[in-house]
Amino acid sequence: MTLSLPGGVERHDFDGTTAVATRGHPEYGEATDGQYRRWNPHRSKLGAMLALGMDTGLEADQKTLYLGAAAGTTVSHVADFGGPTYAVEFAPRPVRDLLDVADHRPNLFPLLKDARKPETYAHVVEPVDVIVQDVATRGQARVAALNRRFLDGDGRLLAAVKARSEDVTADPEAVFEDVVTELRDHYEVLDTEQLDPYHEDHLGVVARPLE
Amino acid sequence: MTETTDVGWFEEASPDDLSGARDSIEHGSSESPADWAARAVETGFATDEADYYEKLREATMAVAHEQVQERATADDQQLTHSIRAMADCERTANELAERVAEWGGSRYGESGSGVGYARRIAEGEVGDGDESDDRALRSLAERVVAVSEETDELRAYIERTAPAVAPNLSMLAGPVLAARLISLSGGLESLAKQPSGTVQVLGAEDALFAHLQGGAPSPKHGIIFTHEYVSGTRREERGSAARALAGKLSIAARIDHYSGDRRPALQRELDERMERIRSRGGDGE
Repeated sequence: MTLSLPGGVERHDFDGTTAVATRGHPEYGEATDGQYRRWNPHRSKLGAMLALGMDTGLEADQKTLYLGAAAGTTVSHVADFGGPTYAVEFAPRPVRDLLDVADHRPNLFPLLKDARKPETYAHVVEPVDVIVQDVATRGQARVAALNRRFLDGDGRLLAAVKARSEDVTADPEAVFEDVVTELRDHYEVLDTEQLDPYHEDHLGVVARPLE
Repeated sequence: MTETTDVGWFEEASPDDLSGARDSIEHGSSESPADWAARAVETGFATDEADYYEKLREATMAVAHEQVQERATADDQQLTHSIRAMADCERTANELAERVAEWGGSRYGESGSGVGYARRIAEGEVGDGDESDDRALRSLAERVVAVSEETDELRAYIERTAPAVAPNLSMLAGPVLAARLISLSGGLESLAKQPSGTVQVLGAEDALFAHLQGGAPSPKHGIIFTHEYVSGTRREERGSAARALAGKLSIAARIDHYSGDRRPALQRELDERMERIRSRGGDGE
């Protein structure tokens, strides 16, 4: 838990509780103190990865491609400390909330696109330093493989793998093993950690693209 | 940086008019990404990197706004219209079929009922078909058959589209009941905002108001009675079954509206809950 946080992400005291925070416009009822807004690890898988002390390799002002932005809870924090941030989400309804989040962040570009079809947004998205992936669909390793084209050689894939999206009935451990094995075709997996108690049956993965 | 043949979203657009660029964001494609910011400055679309990002943001925000508005409102309203049209066709076919049955009975002294009887008249299986007066009756019977076929086509359309609009709700309720619930509450958004007790009695408003004004018992179920889990449960447990079903249906509607995720586990949870309800209170009837 002593690992350093990315620039722009700080530990901050909220009424006696120290928590990971960024500075920006509050979006989802998170605790705030002045400009600081708590990055709630229960609401955000990337927030949980940071709270658990995983070495994400995140830094300030990086270019980021965010797959599965949903209503923008996590991407709001990412855009607070990151550089140009491309937020891909396929379902129109959550994008409505994502647009409110983007209203407050000039470096956030919302794209109503299917993460399984990167060719439909490669004409908009530039090569990036980080891909954050949180897509609740079957074939999560495939989505990561398809989007590898966006990642710079020394970039990082930060994925939250949801076991139940692959197979509701299978043992999560077995699902994680399958997904990580498939990921290794295209990525070097640097670290994995289960995200409980924040998120049940989720595996946080840090990976680097293979040459 | 221009060794790729891929074309960026801005390359055929004028910097002053972003509508072409918006169209390209929505429909364009490229195999690989490129340093689009640098390319945009090179080609004169943007004066510098900051200007490029400003334009990109303006265009992506505008496109997303439009898409969200189009897709999110169009689909559940289409579904609402089609389920109401289906109900109209069904009711009209039945009413006219009754008229045909009455008319046919008086003419041929043979009694029959429903759309099936109208179909037999339309196909000339009833009566001798010679008299010119038969033509008026037969023509009416043909309309009944046509309206009834329209009902079936609308049902097929609903079965295709409801799962796209509300996947989880359609999974639990079946597409037709899902569409009825959406229609009764005026849209998926308002259905998602209803408490499950309201979902339980949607379609039973008359009974509910009679109850609220005093005297009448509270309705145990509205349109969800058509679900096998309510109608197929024995009378004493129907209230519990309706409450449990309504609870899961409103969760499903909320997931469909707010997240769009598919949650196959909901079906299993509902099945298990129903099994418990149905198995309690002795060994059944």
